[in-house]
Amino acid sequence: MKKTAAMGLAVLAALLAGGLLAPKWLLFLVTMSAANGLVSLGIVLMMRGGVVSFGQGLVFAAGGYAAALVSNKLGVSDALLLAAAGGGAAVLLAAPFAPLLARYRGIFFAMLTLALSMVLYGVLMKSESLGGSDGFNMRRPTLLGFSIPDAWSGYALYALVVTIAVLLSTAARVYFDSARGLVALAIRENELRVEYLGASVRRVMALDFVLAAFLGGVGGALAVMALGHIEPQFSYWTTSGEFVFVSILAGHHSVAAVFAASLVLELVRSFSSAYFPNTWQLALGLFLLIVIRFLPKGLGSLFNRFSRQAAP
Amino acid sequence: MTVLSARGLCKHFDGVVAADQVTIEVAAGERVGLIGSNGAGKTTFVNMITGYLKPDEGRIELQGRDITPLGPRQIERLGVARSFQIPQLFPELSVLDNMLAADACAQGGLSAWQPARDAARRARAEAGLDRFSLREHAARRVAELAGGVRKLLDIAVALTRAPSVLLLDEPTSGVSVEEKFPVMETVMGALDRARTTVLFVEHDMEIVQRYASRVVAFYSGRVLADGAPAAVLADAEVRRHVTGAEA
Repeated sequence: MKKTAAMGLAVLAALLAGGLLAPKWLLFLVTMSAANGLVSLGIVLMMRGGVVSFGQGLVFAAGGYAAALVSNKLGVSDALLLAAAGGGAAVLLAAPFAPLLARYRGIFFAMLTLALSMVLYGVLMKSESLGGSDGFNMRRPTLLGFSIPDAWSGYALYALVVTIAVLLSTAARVYFDSARGLVALAIRENELRVEYLGASVRRVMALDFVLAAFLGGVGGALAVMALGHIEPQFSYWTTSGEFVFVSILAGHHSVAAVFAASLVLELVRSFSSAYFPNTWQLALGLFLLIVIRFLPKGLGSLFNRFSRQAAP
Repeated sequence: MTVLSARGLCKHFDGVVAADQVTIEVAAGERVGLIGSNGAGKTTFVNMITGYLKPDEGRIELQGRDITPLGPRQIERLGVARSFQIPQLFPELSVLDNMLAADACAQGGLSAWQPARDAARRARAEAGLDRFSLREHAARRVAELAGGVRKLLDIAVALTRAPSVLLLDEPTSGVSVEEKFPVMETVMGALDRARTTVLFVEHDMEIVQRYASRVVAFYSGRVLADGAPAAVLADAEVRRHVTGAEA
């Protein structure tokens, strides 16, 4: 655990230092990919247990709307509190469904989660008090009681988002390497044996769903702080699809790979939409096909291969 | 002392009788061989004891406690473990990780922060592998193992919680002729050291004769004979319906 924490701190220091040198457009891309990467990290957490959620837009939107509403309606402006509110709201929304969803696998789990996210999308579209299809804007947050000057707003938000992302990623790594994390991998392989070893498969799956909701909610809150605007699109199925895309691209072996894959998505989207505005999804699809063909276990397997080669 | 008691167990599947008034009492330390042709009700009996199937009628007790309504997880926690005809392992994990996952389940609580591979857990897992001479395979993926090694690992995994009763479903099926006796020697040696009561389903009468202290013969869901191996295997009905050798 100490090694994981030390590595997390080293990565964070490098990211914070690198951010001082990076151009604004790149800071924004990394900020968004880190926020979105948290949602995909939640999917990866569930993938390790053998299920894929096609509806993480549900918790992404819940976190985003919660942060924006707490800011606009309650006057809470601190970014850390807003991120916590986003995570908390997503957990509150997801937890009642966790025992039900823990009973399903494969396409049934995927479709149920998709259905829940689309129900929320429908509700948000019809809610005039929440801005309907247009959504609403959110004020710029403060940080630890200080308002952020314009010149530093991009970097401050970047620093906040990567700090939270690194902390939660470190926690996720600790979780993946824990006894519970190993049993989740075992569940993916053989649920029957896990039950015959005396562990509750449903309990593990339900908790993973709730933890993934927290990650998604925090990701939604951070994304809405970066964008300054929230809309029902956060819960739409194509948004959920992008999170799944990143998770498949990353694979379930490496936490860092999730954020690398999320950054790849943001870069491909940005450059493709600039140079091929009508066909950028084609470039994205081709990229995914290449990864699936040559790295079927995702970018994470590449990371693991390098780390094994580097080991004495 | 009776460890396991099954009384009057009945089970039907769409009119097919899988168990018909099956009554078996097992004393501590016994090695009970369960024999019978395919469909005789042996695996149904094992599945009822381990909670995978609920009997339509009858009662199952473990050390005097009624376990009939309990599921596999609760029954395992009370000390009844099983292995499977087709080993039920985690094929993409290493042999050591299979043992570590079993150890994590056995320890209970499933900590979300304590490392699954810390020194204490690793030592327990390796000791479990040593009992079955599996240490040399520790780093290999289960999917790469030979049939006999998988069988041993399946049993090693089942023994992680040190159960009082272990049910082995065809421990030598899928194991080569050369491997079957070494596999059984290893298994029975480990079980003797652990003082585990054993019930094993087996089709190979050589194995039954050599390793069972008692034999229960099943036929059409009923117990056809129950007693010492020599007596049961010499029984005319058993020879006709189970072993296929006419008297």
